[in-house]
Order: sequence, then structure tokens, then C-alpha cells
Amino acid sequence: MSASSENINELIGEKYKDGFVTELETDSFPPGLDEQIVRALSAKKNDPEFMTEWRLDGYKQWLTMDNPDWAQLSIEPIDYQAISYYSAPKSLEDGPKSLDEVDPQLLETYKKLGIPLGEQERLAGVAVDAVFDSVSVATTFKDKLSEVGVIFCPISEALRDHPELVKKYLGTVVPQGDNFFAALNSAVFTDGSFVYIPKGVRCPMELSTYFRINASNTGQFERTLIIADEGSYVSYLEGCTAPMRDENQLHAAVVELVAMEGAEIKYSTVQNWYPGDENGVGGIYNFVTKRGECRGANSKISWTQVETGSAITWKYPSCVLLGDNSVGEFYSVAVTNNYQQADTGSKMIHIGKNSKSTIIAKGISAGKSQSSYRGLVKVAKSAENARNYTQCDSLLMGDKCGAHTFPYVEVKQPSAQIEHEASTSKISEDQLFFCLQRGLSADDAVSMIVNGFCKEVFKELPMEFAVEAQALLGISLEGSVG
Amino acid sequence: MLKVENLHASVDDKEIIKGISLYIKPGEVHAIMGPNGSGKSTLSNVLAGRDGYETPEGEVLFNAKDLLEMAPEVRAQEGLFLAFQYPVEIPGVSNIYLLKAALNAARQARGLDALDAMDFLTYVKSKTKMLKMDEKFLYRSVNEGFSGGEKKRNEILQMAVLEPKLCILDEVDSGLDIDALKIVSEGINSLRSPERSFVLITHYQRLLDYIKPDFIHVLADGKIVKSGGPELALELEKEGYGWIEEAAKA
Ligand SMILES: Nc1ncnc2c1ncn2[C@@H]1O[C@H](COP(=O)(O)OP(=O)(O)OP(=O)(O)O)[C@@H](O)[C@H]1O
Ligand SMILES: [Mg+2]
Repeated sequence: MSASSENINELIGEKYKDGFVTELETDSFPPGLDEQIVRALSAKKNDPEFMTEWRLDGYKQWLTMDNPDWAQLSIEPIDYQAISYYSAPKSLEDGPKSLDEVDPQLLETYKKLGIPLGEQERLAGVAVDAVFDSVSVATTFKDKLSEVGVIFCPISEALRDHPELVKKYLGTVVPQGDNFFAALNSAVFTDGSFVYIPKGVRCPMELSTYFRINASNTGQFERTLIIADEGSYVSYLEGCTAPMRDENQLHAAVVELVAMEGAEIKYSTVQNWYPGDENGVGGIYNFVTKRGECRGANSKISWTQVETGSAITWKYPSCVLLGDNSVGEFYSVAVTNNYQQADTGSKMIHIGKNSKSTIIAKGISAGKSQSSYRGLVKVAKSAENARNYTQCDSLLMGDKCGAHTFPYVEVKQPSAQIEHEASTSKISEDQLFFCLQRGLSADDAVSMIVNGFCKEVFKELPMEFAVEAQALLGISLEGSVG
Repeated sequence: MLKVENLHASVDDKEIIKGISLYIKPGEVHAIMGPNGSGKSTLSNVLAGRDGYETPEGEVLFNAKDLLEMAPEVRAQEGLFLAFQYPVEIPGVSNIYLLKAALNAARQARGLDALDAMDFLTYVKSKTKMLKMDEKFLYRSVNEGFSGGEKKRNEILQMAVLEPKLCILDEVDSGLDIDALKIVSEGINSLRSPERSFVLITHYQRLLDYIKPDFIHVLADGKIVKSGGPELALELEKEGYGWIEEAAKA
């Protein structure tokens, strides 16, 4: 009987495909963090003055804070002085003006990852910002977007070209002192994407940022800021990979979303950071603060994430539903295998009247991994008729893994309606035998069953991403895994 | 087609099949009857290759190949089909997706290309029509929320789409209402051909009124204790199994 659970474990243990290293000359800071480093980094980025002060403020707050320990994670203490806080390929020092000036080796790296940046091979209908370690390599389709007034560029460029916009919104959703990792990020963030969609504009294409950690002993601290002005719409995609290395690497990002009246932001992530090997050596520590604010009435923010990578994931994409009738959504698939640990979920903070939120979280655990859902639904006194629906489903493969659910609910408004459903299941012998009897191979069968389990989340992803996500789970739409 | 020779099978060292021999020629319909717990489902599971059974003795040849050596999915691809007594649910996987994956696996094994989307749809719809099934069932998750009878009909739909060589139907008639029994039987009958054989496991004569078997076997305590023509079913219906079991012991 246990033969097939081993089988299942083997199947989900797909080899990490993006684990290669690009050999490049880099410009890196020595390891360590102090005020000097923050200033040096700010100078390197040519920050406007307010930004340097803002970083230092973040740094000072960070010094007073402690590593959070409330998550269901066991983490080796992180030595923040052993990390280098800046690393960039030398060739990008002077900021290449066009793709022709970009080191071909870098372009090759993205091509290998399936993200073509060259003019001829670009993905139709998707604009890409490619971030390599601490800097942005290239942003495609910028001209086409600027025709409709959409700003899509590296945040360092936005600080140069649109400082007033950045100043107005940065830190208004996730302030510097929000939490330990957000404070660290505020001090040392290097790059990330900036998006501004003007009033009434429906962004004509999907925007996407592709993050790649390459250098060793560096952390990646990106900061993304997306503003959808009144009545606008944008769909944004984020993808991440890293080489296979024996040490753990730190990734502490902050993402802030602002949706004004009647605006909608759809934010999708496929996270495939290196998860460590089958003995739990190496892998990315992924500590991310993602929060969106539905600032105006009738606004909507929707988070969709497929998390298959990272040794440790600590991530709770949240929505603050300030506007009346605003809507927050969170759809998540988190896959853990071997010794991976994930503590993830969402927070929905209801403040506006008739605000509505939905949380659909699917956890798939295999090997000796541990996966937790942690969620908070908070309804303020002002949020009359607020509604939340939460559904957490766990699928266990084998008997050495674990799944946990921690739903927190705080309601101060009696007219609120909160619903919570949770389930835990296993791929049964009966299901597996049924599929084999219909002629499917064992790995196609597992793919199909897992795929079915995740369906409600996958259908929220844009087409290209849904395909990538399914491939990531070892699933091919044609059922040709093998 | 199928040659079962002195087959023994056990689970956790408990012998359940105690020496069964069965010969099925192309085009024949064999019915297997017998009291609860006599080993009917176990026999079909062993033939289909379910994990967890030991077969210390005996031999099974399927189209002259050693069946017990084959992986379960290979048996299916070679044309062995089992309609389950208790069909499983697969949440989130649509019926049509499963049918396509199964059909393409079988075609691939035969060196054929996958059917294109349009041809596949036309083909599958002709089968739902034959079984008088609402096309909506194609887009629902496999067996999820299906009534007992709908699940059974869904098994037959899968069989109709896959067009197997040997169909083992484990109590397809249980849970079907009178009209559904008639439709399912007609569906099965329309699949009868000189090349295709059936094993019908059932407790009731009424299925055999619709699908005329060539042979009837009575299974008791892991052995075939009596075999005969269609008339045997009528006797069983009248007398029950007692007299056969008595006779077998004597
Ligand atoms: N995994 C198992 N472990 C222990 N005993 C088993 C196992 N599987 C089957 N059995 C036993 O083997 C016997 C035969 O079971 P089987 O399901 O084949 O009967 P059946 O003839 O199909 O009965 P029914 O008419 O009720 O469907 C039963 O006594 C059953 O309890
Ligand atoms: Mg049975």
C-alpha cells in the first residue's frame, strides 16, 4: 500500500530546473549592515534626498525590532551581518539605455528561464521588467504603455523620473516600521517595479516582473509599488527563480498596492525560488510583506499565488478594505516537499461598508514538509454588512508531512457574515487505482488529481501563468509528464 | 481472450481467491454470481492489477500475454476495462478531461495520434447520446455529487469511449432504476461484438434478462462452485445459493 505513497512522493519531487548560475563580473558590497552601508547603497541608486532619509528611518526602526517568531516555522538564526546588501552585474553599472547595450549573457539567462526580452521574441501582450539580483535588466513595451499614460519601470527609475508619485504613495500601505522584514527592506531595497495606471485607463497588456537571484551571499530586497488610479484596471504577474546553492539566501520583499475608487488590481505570483535539496540543505528564505489597500469605494484587489519554491515561506498577502463596497480576494496554492516549510495565508481587514472578501487557500504537502495556513479576518465597527468567505483545503502526500490551519477572526460589527470551511484529504489508493485502470500512468494520475485539487486557484491565473503553474507542479495539460 | 488457470489470491496472508479457472473467448458474455463476500470484486481487482494482492499460485493469460506481469495501466491500455462497484470521485477534474486523458493514453499505446479537440468532442457526444446522458455531465467533476445510478452510468460512458476488448462490470446494475437499467443494458448490448467479451458480476436476474449471457458461474468462498448456461440464473433466483453451497461441500 505504501508503495504508491512513495510513488507519489517521487513524482512530486520534480528536479529544480532553474538552478543554474550565470557567471558574470559583479559589483558587490562587502557583507554587513550599518548606517554607512545604507547611505552607500542610497548613493549607488542615485536616490533623491528624501529617499535616503526614508531608508535611514527604516534602518533605525529595524534596529529596535526582533525577528518574528510566531510563525509555525523552525528557522536557523539569520546573521544579517553576513549578507551583502548590494550586488549587480558590472555591465549594468551605467544603466544600459536599450537592449542592445545589455550583456548578451544576461539576455541568455532570461531566455533559458523562458522569459525572452529581445524585440522579436517578446511575449505578445505581456510587458516584462526583469530584475537580476539588485537591479533591473530591462523593461519591455515601455513606449507602447506610455502612449496610454501607463508608467511601468524599475522603481529606481521612477524615483528619478516621477519622484513626486513615489513620495506620495511609498510606505503608505506598508510603512517602514510595519514589521521586522519590512523595516529591513525599507532600509536596503534595491530594485523592483513601479506601476502607475492613470484614471480610467484599462492597462492594454499584462505587466510582469521576473525576479532572479544569481549572486551568492546576497539578499534580494525588492520593493514593488502599484497604483491604480480611479476607474483603472491592471493585471500584474510576478515570477521568481534562483540558482541551487548550499547556503540559504534571504529574500525580503515588500509589495504595496493602492486601488482608488472603482479601480481593480489583479496581482498574480508564481514563486519558484530554489527550495533546497532533498535533505533540506540550501534554499531561499522568502519573507515577504504584500499588502493592498482598496482606498476608494467599489475598488477591488485580488491576489493569486502559486508557491512551489523556497526553503521557508513567510507570506500573507493582505487587503485593507477601506472603501465602501470594496472587494478583496486571495487565491493560493502552496506546495511543499522534502524539508520545505511554508507559513502563508492572508489578512482581510474590513473597514468600508459592504466590503467583501474571499480567501481560497490550497496546501499540498509531501515529503517531510510542513505547511500552515494562517489567516486573519478583521471587521471594524464601521464595516456594516461586511462579508468574508474562507476555504482552506490541505492535500497530504505520504504520512511524514504536516498541514496546519490557524484562522483568526475579529469582528466588531454584528451585521458581518463570516464563513469558514476547512478540509484535509489524501490522494486515496482508490483514486490512484481508478486512474491507472483507465490507462493513465501513475505520474499523470497524480498530476491530474493535484491539478483538480487546485482548480479553483488556477482558474484565477492569466492563461500564460496558469500553464506555467501547472507545469511547475509537474503537470502538463496534455498529460505528457514522464 | 482471457484464460484464468487455478488462480489463488490473498490479502495480508488471507486467502480470498482459492483456485479459480475461467476461459473466455472473444464475443462471449460470462456472468458471475455469488453471495456477498464470496470474492467477486477481489477477482476483478486482481485481474485489473490493483496493488496489495498476492497471487502465489495460478496463471492468467490475456490475449496470450501474461496478465499478472503487466502494470495496471498497461492492462488498461491493452484493452482490459473494469467498471467499479463503487466508483470514486475526483474533485476538480472534469469528466471530459478524464475521458480525453484515458482515450489518448490508450491511443498512444497503440501508436495512434491523439484525437483533435473537435473530433474528440463529436466522438464523446455520440456516446453520451447513446447512453441518454445529459452533456452537462461531461463538464462536471468526475462522479462528484453524482447519484449512485449516475455514477454507474458514468462508468459505462467511460467504457463506451474506450471501447475495450474485455469489460469486467462489477455490479453495474446495483443502484440503477428500472429505466436506467434498460438504457445501460442497451448501451452494453450495443457494444457487444464478436471481438469484445464481457464479465458481468451481478446479484440479479433482471440484468441478465436484458443482456443474455453465454455462461453463468457461481462463486462461493473464493471458488467457482457451479457453471452453466443462462438457465442457471433462473434456478438461483428461485432457490438462492444454499443448495449450491451445500452441494459443493458434499
Ligand atoms: N483488503 C482486504 N483485507 C481483508 N479482507 C478483505 C480485503 N479485501 C477483501 N477482503 C475480504 O474478502 C472477501 C471477498 O470480498 P469481495 O469484495 O471480493 O466480495 P464480493 O463477492 O465482491 O461481495 P459483494 O457481493 O458484497 O460485493 C470479503 O470477506 C472481504 O471482507
Ligand atoms: Mg463486490
